Amino acid sequence: MHEPHAEPRRSIYYRYQVHAPWLASKHPPQDRKKVVIVGAGPIGLFAALELARLGVPCVLLESELQVSEGSRAIVFTRRSMEILQQVGVDAPITANGLPWRFGNSFYRGQRVYRMEAPHDPDDRFFPMINLQQQYLEQYLTEAVLAHPLIDMRWGNRVTRVDPKDSFVRVEVDTPEGSYLLESDWLVASDGARSGIRAMMDLKLEGASYEGRFVIADIRIDLPLPTERLAFFDPDWNPGNTILMHREPHGIWRVDYQLPPDETPEQALAPGSLKARIDAQLAMIGHAGTPWTMDWCSVYSARALTLPDYVHGRVLFIGDAAHMLPIFGVRGANTGWQDAQGMAWRLAFVARGVAPEALLQSYSSERVAAAWEIIDEAGKSTRFMTPPTRGFRLLRDAVLSLSLSQPFVGPLYHWRTSRPHEYTHSPLNSAGDDNGLFKAGPGHGAPPQNIRLGADDYLLDHLGGGFDLLYFTDGPAIPEALRKVVAATRAGGVPMRVVAVGAAEPVAGADLTLADADGHFRQRYGVLAGGAAYLLRPDQHICARWMSLDAGRLQSALATALGGPTGNSSTLAARKGA
Amino acid sequence: MSHSKPLSVPALEQVYDALATAIDTAGPGKSELFLVKLALLNANALGDAAVFEAQVAAALKDL
Repeated sequence: MHEPHAEPRRSIYYRYQVHAPWLASKHPPQDRKKVVIVGAGPIGLFAALELARLGVPCVLLESELQVSEGSRAIVFTRRSMEILQQVGVDAPITANGLPWRFGNSFYRGQRVYRMEAPHDPDDRFFPMINLQQQYLEQYLTEAVLAHPLIDMRWGNRVTRVDPKDSFVRVEVDTPEGSYLLESDWLVASDGARSGIRAMMDLKLEGASYEGRFVIADIRIDLPLPTERLAFFDPDWNPGNTILMHREPHGIWRVDYQLPPDETPEQALAPGSLKARIDAQLAMIGHAGTPWTMDWCSVYSARALTLPDYVHGRVLFIGDAAHMLPIFGVRGANTGWQDAQGMAWRLAFVARGVAPEALLQSYSSERVAAAWEIIDEAGKSTRFMTPPTRGFRLLRDAVLSLSLSQPFVGPLYHWRTSRPHEYTHSPLNSAGDDNGLFKAGPGHGAPPQNIRLGADDYLLDHLGGGFDLLYFTDGPAIPEALRKVVAATRAGGVPMRVVAVGAAEPVAGADLTLADADGHFRQRYGVLAGGAAYLLRPDQHICARWMSLDAGRLQSALATALGGPTGNSSTLAARKGA
Repeated sequence: MSHSKPLSVPALEQVYDALATAIDTAGPGKSELFLVKLALLNANALGDAAVFEAQVAAALKDL
């Protein structure tokens, strides 16, 4: 019998709400579901919203009755905000989070490097925003509970998974005992210690690092701006690294590396925490400032991924699929990109408008992204926690040189999470004009946002299906293109046409953006009318043309939908089948 | 290989003395750190990672 913690968790800044468990006895017998998502963390919640937005109902199983214990993730990237905007939860994050773009590295009391993340006037969101994970999960949960297509089940823990050829059966334990649930598809978003992954006996590949860190959230009044602070080799923690981040509600994240021989129990003993946090405060000139502990934990840096995220009818996203070093804010920020890449494909496959093979490109794109992250994060990790004597010597030499030689400064800048470019995706069009463009996002790249006016940006208008950006100053989208769009929609694939460059509404377009000053066209490398970009439902570019014709549009859509040579008539046939 | 001119014998002797003296100045506990710093400064002045790697390989010979 599953007995989830039924008392609100303790926190000095967050009021936990305990939800009632979902009990099978209070509901009628259940049919086989389309999609069951396991784990309502930030990634699973988002996946449910994105699937529902694309018209696919799902059941979301969460073993707990409340949101995250403590704030694990605290820094969210611009691309994450763009992804969260797609399901309508960006506004409360913007309203309550702390945006930032500067990072500072200190050695021997001197600032030896300052990282400045660029903030383009065309971007709606800051490079980074800090907010506690509980709030983020709360905003996502509120949207989930309001959505009629999502069946949210608190206190439901999966204890057995039985994958079949054409469906998955799971045993779900609840406070009144267990029940069986069948689903065409199962999405595992049950985190770093994924029970689904363990029960299916799937092995992660990659490396674990030696370094262990304490993360502690404390309430303290420090007169410092919202910037990342990193301290190397301080007197109180020789050879090790300390990070500090401001969070809302007067909370600071203090993150420090442990000596190699110390156990997590020793590290989390109250006396040890107090001595170290006091020493850190003294070092930054705030000795004796009172503080209160909210939550603390120990983690180790790991860089591991499943080699494949699609196993028959089971799909893995987020930490269930990979465990990535948190230097560079790569946990949730990677997971949302997974979930976004997975959700539109699964929605189209589950609705029968795309072949099951489309899911393979989710796995290939995101596994490649994970390996890229592992490679990049490895460089950061080698600097933060040098694995050998040689790496330690080089790190120490760089620290020492940095006091007088600015050329080594960039070695302090660990690469942060960024949106991945699926340059070699099988969904990119082979017959387009990608190589002819001198500017603008290329094959597989995420979109470049464009400021259209006060509080009005391009990405506010995109998503929910394919988007065709068609550049024209004429009165209408050409008839042949409109036919392809109509056939695509008739095949069950949502698609919108955005005309760019005409002063008056363009016939056949769902939206017309005037682009009076030509700025949009310039950033997208458009030289003449008739050019176009095709964006997938996750807004990554899959084709672009200097001059679009109906045949090439149809071909690009078929490729992006994972069809071998498919066209809209086969899509329609599939839907009917 | 480097395009710059090889050191003249007097200059090489000057470098030899300077390096030996600096290693003594750094002392046994810090000479390794000093040498790594020096290598990084030289690599930056050299401006060529491939030439640097060739020098690393040459220096690793016959240890």
